[in-house]
Amino acid sequence: MYGSGRVIPSLIVFVGLMTFAIWYNAGKAQQLPDPEKPAEYEECVRDTQFMRKSHMVLLHEWRDDILRKSGQRTGVTASGLRYDRSLQKGCMNCHDDRKKFCDECHDYAAVTPDCWGCHLEPTKEAR
Amino acid sequence: MRVLKALIAVVALILVALVVAQVPGGQSLLGIVLPYLAFAIFLGGFIYKVVEWARSPVPFRIPTTCGQENSLPWIKQNKLDCPSTKAGVVGRMALEILLFRSLFRNTRASIHDGPKLAYGSNKWLWLFALLFHYSFLVIVLRHMRLFTDPVASFILPLEFIDGFLEVGATTIYQSSFILLAAVTFLFLRRLVRPYLRYISLPADYFPLLLIFAIGLSGILMRHVFRTDVVTVKELAVGLATFSPSINGEIGVIFFVHIFLVSVLMAYFPFSKLMHLGGIFMSPTRNMANNNRMVHHVNPWNDPKIKPHTYAAYEDEFREFMVDAGLPVEKELPAAAPEEKVPAAEETTDK
Amino acid sequence: MADTKAAEMKLKVVREPSLMTGAVPTHNWWDVEAIFKPGNYCYPAKKSIAEYHGKNLPGLFGEPRDWEVESDDWKLPENWKEIIINGIKERLDKFRSLRIFMDCCVRCGACADKCHFFLGTGDPKNMPVLRAELFRSVYRNDFTLAGKILGEIAGARPMTFKVLKEWFMYFYQCTECRRCSVFCPYGIDTAEVTMMGRELLHLVGVNTNWILEPAANSNRTGNHLGLQPHTFKENAEFLLDDIEEATGVRLQNLNFNRKGAEVLFVIPSADVFADPGIFTFMGYILLFEHIGLDYTISTYSSEGGNFGLFTNNQLMKKLNGKMYAEAKRLGVKWILGGECGHMWRVVHQYMGTMNGPPDFLETPRSPITGTVFENAASTKMVHISEFTADLIKNNRLKIDKSRNDHRVVTYHDSCNTARGMGLMEEPRYILNSVCNNYYEMPENTIREKTFCCGSGTGLNTGEIMDLRMRAGLPRANAVKYVAERHGVNMLSCVCAIDRATLLTLNTYWNPEVAVCGVSELVGNALIMEGEKKRETDLRAEPLAGMEG
Repeated sequence: MYGSGRVIPSLIVFVGLMTFAIWYNAGKAQQLPDPEKPAEYEECVRDTQFMRKSHMVLLHEWRDDILRKSGQRTGVTASGLRYDRSLQKGCMNCHDDRKKFCDECHDYAAVTPDCWGCHLEPTKEAR
Repeated sequence: MRVLKALIAVVALILVALVVAQVPGGQSLLGIVLPYLAFAIFLGGFIYKVVEWARSPVPFRIPTTCGQENSLPWIKQNKLDCPSTKAGVVGRMALEILLFRSLFRNTRASIHDGPKLAYGSNKWLWLFALLFHYSFLVIVLRHMRLFTDPVASFILPLEFIDGFLEVGATTIYQSSFILLAAVTFLFLRRLVRPYLRYISLPADYFPLLLIFAIGLSGILMRHVFRTDVVTVKELAVGLATFSPSINGEIGVIFFVHIFLVSVLMAYFPFSKLMHLGGIFMSPTRNMANNNRMVHHVNPWNDPKIKPHTYAAYEDEFREFMVDAGLPVEKELPAAAPEEKVPAAEETTDK
Repeated sequence: MADTKAAEMKLKVVREPSLMTGAVPTHNWWDVEAIFKPGNYCYPAKKSIAEYHGKNLPGLFGEPRDWEVESDDWKLPENWKEIIINGIKERLDKFRSLRIFMDCCVRCGACADKCHFFLGTGDPKNMPVLRAELFRSVYRNDFTLAGKILGEIAGARPMTFKVLKEWFMYFYQCTECRRCSVFCPYGIDTAEVTMMGRELLHLVGVNTNWILEPAANSNRTGNHLGLQPHTFKENAEFLLDDIEEATGVRLQNLNFNRKGAEVLFVIPSADVFADPGIFTFMGYILLFEHIGLDYTISTYSSEGGNFGLFTNNQLMKKLNGKMYAEAKRLGVKWILGGECGHMWRVVHQYMGTMNGPPDFLETPRSPITGTVFENAASTKMVHISEFTADLIKNNRLKIDKSRNDHRVVTYHDSCNTARGMGLMEEPRYILNSVCNNYYEMPENTIREKTFCCGSGTGLNTGEIMDLRMRAGLPRANAVKYVAERHGVNMLSCVCAIDRATLLTLNTYWNPEVAVCGVSELVGNALIMEGEKKRETDLRAEPLAGMEG
């Protein structure tokens, strides 16, 4: 091989960059998120798989519906329970700890929702 | 139709993924086995190709000089387009690789009555090529959020910048859409400009369509069908830590996406996409224009190739040379030789 | 050949349907056959010439024979395909450039309309990308996995006689000018591809006489015309009379094959016998006399232009080897090179590697100004423009600029000095120092973007005149632009091929513009010791104000 003094180091750098994720994670056990579920409730406003995939869509729907179209402020679950269509008053009524619930997955997946730019995180005392 | 062949290939790949994702074991194949295989082919193939290139020497120093050479001290050298030092070469290569310097020179020629040739400015290809490559880079980098746990520190600022419009329930990344727009431009110009359609091969349309499909499936996965990102990341980190598993439901769209990416990786080393590596090794760009200053060695230089010697030349023409008063090494023999002018074919060097 | 009249050609290049004029080809390029007819190919080498080269460099020039280009039987060796494929393999292993250029092209098309042959002919296969694809398609078929598996879908095709004909046609419609390489995002240089293509064609004895015969002459006699030493000397000395007529001065220093001179001066031999090169030669020797340079010219190594470059690297090396051999024999300190494009491509990018390092020479130092040419420290050869620019900068020349006032001058960068060397400012500095009227051609047609004269790399032959006039159109058009706008009447250059070809080209497209070497204008402007009142220039044409 000719110019191996340049080619081999370059290839090593290239492979290093390409396998960045492998050596970055090496030796670390994967910390799967474990959002704390509310003890006193069994069901959410929609099924779990939907909430995992699309809760953000639901929140946007509520916002648009209520703020822009003066829509219903309450909703009903499949099993007939009424709930507030509201992040602070609805979701966080059950999921009352942002750190233990929301942030668990958001941090894991590097998602920074802009909820808290406007909403105040309700404290337990306030409720 | 060359474009049709490429289109059929990409559609077929999508269909394969759609079907395989729904048969038992299919998700493990698409999500675990093939990505590993493709990544191995990508790395192995890339190294193989670069080593294959490097096994051939660069016998001559042949930079394309695109500016004033280094000559007299008072003449301003163009140190970037005609570098004579290593630092200059690094600068030239950086401009070439990071900013597509040569493509920036692009012009478009047209011929008019007269005849009159005109060369118009034509920077569209440069612009969209740059947009394409940089958005691709950003997309690859920000995908690292799915492969690193905890998330690598460079991701958050990148995510922030790429999503600064803060549009959509799942924030829209500009890079995704810039990529699609740029690929669309690169694809359409091949179809619309007659000379490009004429030179384009299936191998030119295929990667564009494949990358378009990858980008589109990614966008659909993020914004339309959505999938559970936690399960996806669990798989992705699993792949990076050699402990992959699929625990939970992942939408079919994800398997289409990852399958197409696998195809792209495996295809890469055997295609023109290797220009990624090739540009670093292009002898007309990565050599200093110091040919007369520093001796360059050709490993296969054949010392047996010698010029037609002066002695043979003088032997042939001595008489004339002496007559014309040209100095000679050997004087004429006392007896006059035969009057004869040998023709070219009668004297050889061996 | 029946050459198309310029008036007719003016319409043809704009109106004739071609890819350049907006017509869309209807067939895939690989389905379009190369058809040879009078005027679109160079004549094959005479058998005796091919034999001569074959004896000097066995195996590289195929089987010497008489053959007809228009015939379907080129009398190729039985195993010619094998020879070509093995030849490709050998070259892939020897030239990284070839490997990279075969693998990396993305067919972005940036090169397409940069080629003067394409601009003038509109022939799709004259787009550099397709010219290279002619080669690349065969490479893919035999040397890549994709090509072996997918065949035509991967753009691969086997080597056939049809392909060979395309190679012969289009590798001889490329002047290796490297303009495409300037615009290519990967620096793919079609010159490299064409060189390899021509080397391979030679292996199976497919060649042109206009290259091989001058190459044979250069090898044997030292100049491409085959002038014998005494004739060469007489030709050069004859020019002393012309100089005396114009200046009233009889130069004393012209000499040949003199041992112990400080500098060996190597020129393109055409400067000794071809108009307008002879005026450039007068310029050289006037300059040397003016500064009292201790130089000599060798009749053995009197051809700087290297026709080997147009055939294969071995013959290039062999022809070039004479320069160092002669420098050593004569015991000079360094070599000075005249105005020649291909010579300088070879000197600058190949000579040191092929035939150096010349440890018996010294780093060139101008004996007049003391300037050391550090940029030639290894190869030990300096370009006359570098040398002259240094003299002017140091005020060592007595110059009367007004003697070029009858000339409105522009400068043509020859492809090789511009893109294979980077010599751009030196000639311009000289021209601005010796002329009052100097204008640049449009920016897209000069310096690294310069257009070839259209007849380089051994295409300067009469049988393809139409093709040459088409290929030269972009250059001629730029000349026309400054001729109309600024009244330019003199196209200067530093290339012997240019001096021959641009003359023909201008006669065709811009009859009002003459051609000269830069050194001719220097010679005109030099105030020689003991000269008479100057009324004419070196061409015996009246100076400005002396017309009556």
